[in-house]
Amino acid sequence: MLSYLLRRLAFLVGSLFLASVVLFLLLRLLPGDPANSLLSVGATPEQIEAARHQIGSDRPLPEQFGHWLHQLATFDLGTSFISSLPVGPEITSRLNVTVPLTLLAFLLAVVVAVPVGYVAALRANTRFGTLISGVSQLGIAVPVFWVGMLLITVFALRLGVLPAGGFPQDGWAEPGEALRSLALPVITVALVMSASLIRYVRSAALDVLGSDYLRTARALGSSFTRAMWRHGLRNGAVPVISVLGIELATTLLGAVVVETVFALPGLGSMLAQAVAQHDYPVVQGVLFVSTFAVLVIGFLSDIAQRLVDPRLRGHLASGRMSSGRLSSGRRGAKS
Amino acid sequence: MRSTSARLLGGGALAVSLSLALSACGGGGGSKSSSGGSGSYDKNATIGIGSLYEPQNLDNTGGGGQGVTEALNGNVYEGLFKLTDDGKVENLLATDYKVSPDGLTYTFTLRKGVKFHSGKTLTSADVKYSIEKVRAKDSQSARKSSFDVVKSITTPDADTVKIALSSKSISFVYNLSYVWIINADAKNLKTSEDGTGPYKLDKWTRGSALSLVRFPGYWGTPATNEKVVFHYYKDATALNNALLTNAVDVVTSEQSPDALDQFKNNSNYKVNDGNSTTKLLLAFNDRVKPFNNVEVRKAVTSAIDNKKLLQSVWGDHGTLIGSMVPPTDPWYEDLTKVNPYDVALAKKELAKAGYAKGFSFTLDTPNYDPHPTAATFIKSELAKVGIDVKINIITPDEWYTKVYKNHDFSATLQEHVNDRDIVWYGNPDFYWGYDNKQVTEWVKQAEESDTTEQQTALLKKVNTKIAEDAASDWLYLYPQIVVANTKLSGYPLNGLNSQFYAYDIKKS
Repeated sequence: MLSYLLRRLAFLVGSLFLASVVLFLLLRLLPGDPANSLLSVGATPEQIEAARHQIGSDRPLPEQFGHWLHQLATFDLGTSFISSLPVGPEITSRLNVTVPLTLLAFLLAVVVAVPVGYVAALRANTRFGTLISGVSQLGIAVPVFWVGMLLITVFALRLGVLPAGGFPQDGWAEPGEALRSLALPVITVALVMSASLIRYVRSAALDVLGSDYLRTARALGSSFTRAMWRHGLRNGAVPVISVLGIELATTLLGAVVVETVFALPGLGSMLAQAVAQHDYPVVQGVLFVSTFAVLVIGFLSDIAQRLVDPRLRGHLASGRMSSGRLSSGRRGAKS
Repeated sequence: MRSTSARLLGGGALAVSLSLALSACGGGGGSKSSSGGSGSYDKNATIGIGSLYEPQNLDNTGGGGQGVTEALNGNVYEGLFKLTDDGKVENLLATDYKVSPDGLTYTFTLRKGVKFHSGKTLTSADVKYSIEKVRAKDSQSARKSSFDVVKSITTPDADTVKIALSSKSISFVYNLSYVWIINADAKNLKTSEDGTGPYKLDKWTRGSALSLVRFPGYWGTPATNEKVVFHYYKDATALNNALLTNAVDVVTSEQSPDALDQFKNNSNYKVNDGNSTTKLLLAFNDRVKPFNNVEVRKAVTSAIDNKKLLQSVWGDHGTLIGSMVPPTDPWYEDLTKVNPYDVALAKKELAKAGYAKGFSFTLDTPNYDPHPTAATFIKSELAKVGIDVKINIITPDEWYTKVYKNHDFSATLQEHVNDRDIVWYGNPDFYWGYDNKQVTEWVKQAEESDTTEQQTALLKKVNTKIAEDAASDWLYLYPQIVVANTKLSGYPLNGLNSQFYAYDIKKS
């Protein structure tokens, strides 16, 4: 397990480095000059040159790249071209909104989707099961901004029980207020997320229900509940966990829509604005942090799968998967 | 979303910049602008202001953008002079000024007893520092070039500033109304402030809100409310929802015409129709065929029904102008009759220019509202006189490089936001390339006028001449719509150049 962890960590660092190279180059390939965003109509050629020099976009690419790597190595995400403010603290403050939003929505979605998906599988051939499948299909088809606007209309404009958008200026200083602001966005994301989760849970559960081991366990005298609890849950969980990881990462990156609808100062809205302004340091910073988050989520979901499924753990405990198999094969040949 | 961020980039960039104007009124009296008052009000009220224009940073010479003007100009920072909401220039931190007989030396007397928020007393050194900050090499101020005319700034004593000019400039005092007087010792102006205004900065949360509180040591009349909070939105719908749920009390500039009905039909809100200075232009490249021909430009102008366009975009709001001058500029005249909407006339002019069968051209169209709508409308209008329009949608960034810098276009759409920006027609190197020696001369003479009457007369001539030449087609003037809760009064209606004075706002 330890060597597996070390290898995964090395992979993580390598991926991050690769991501930083790709990010840097892709951004420079975009048409458009960041100096344009700094200036306005009426700017003289000297002002344009001065702006370029100030942000360093007049320097050769390798030099700019070296600068970016050096910053990364010193945990500095640089300074925004547009605002001249440091990128790091701003990302931190945006994460204070995006991370709670994503995690709360994720938890809510799991709490809803796992039992509902399980019931949908148990009752797969009844009207009720078909209804759940239909509703979840609908949930996948509906765009997230539409759900958000619907919730705003009902709960904020009509009933007036929750705010229509925005986030307290003091952030989490008043947790109650902050949570109230996040309530509708969390429900929006959770609704859309649970719709697709229900389908995965349902199909994983159907797999388990039709499996030989469950039949065997029941044949050996185990009750259905006990068999499901001991064998079904674990087996069913493995594919669901990897889907959960993907969903979590997607929500983190895809929060821009819901952040716009609810006027939340999150990471997504920060990225959208920075892209429009060619604010390379901000775009790089946000994408770098989100790449990091996605890699970490992938890492954690791998570990979680291995903790749940002893078979995966067994393979990995003895070193690399393929070499483990090979050596045991050879031993077998000798005997 | 799309239209908002694009406006910030394109329109917003123009907003802060286009009036490096060469014109001005002298100092003078006048009353504080206000939309009316009400009897009793809450002196300790907090006013929520909803806006689409968040500052980039808090330094208006360091790329702060349109939002920083809206929030801080007049509220936190003050100039020697103030541009009122109806376009007049009044004394503010200067109590008086004298101009030498040759018009080249200005001597300003500073108001006594003015304190910065940090407690320091205002002196002439701070004024010198502030003007030099705008003129500095790394200054990103859109006003920078208006101060090229400054030769030297001296400070004979603590209350006097003497400025020598290299040539006469009647707009000098007007231009000074844009210069924030900043404590010369202040640091970190991108995230903090040290001004003399009725409010000091309370807190700025990037991406979300900026709050100001009443400054107890203010030299003048204290603000009629305790605190104002600017809440920032990226999306017009989110902004309107905030108003509907009382999360904000007033919206500085309504950008979503479709949303107005829900406020008009609700007695809790007032929809105010002010005068903006934002002109939507169909700008021809006057250098190249066929638009180097006056008849062609006149024909195109007459072939487009601007009234119908305005109505389809803004309903009953907005104004037709017929030239580059909005009603709040001193040299405004109604010139909508010069090139009237008249398809027969347009056809006649086209024939005269040798294009009886029409022609074809590419219209470079910025990708954000209302430009694509306007482009489609223009295409169908011009088809009636045989002109074929190819619409080329481009990003604000491409627009800047292709049209503004390289002059590589036939015709384009753009919004020009500032007041007093007619003077661009005096510059033959400007992107649209209108080149009329007489107009250039008039603009120059206007700037060197001895009196504002003289200046006004000359700029009226410019105004008429460019309309007769159909230098561009001024499609319409945007409305400036401020929507507010009826509990509120005293807010500015016109919001010239994105300023939004909050200190007279009363909440009952």
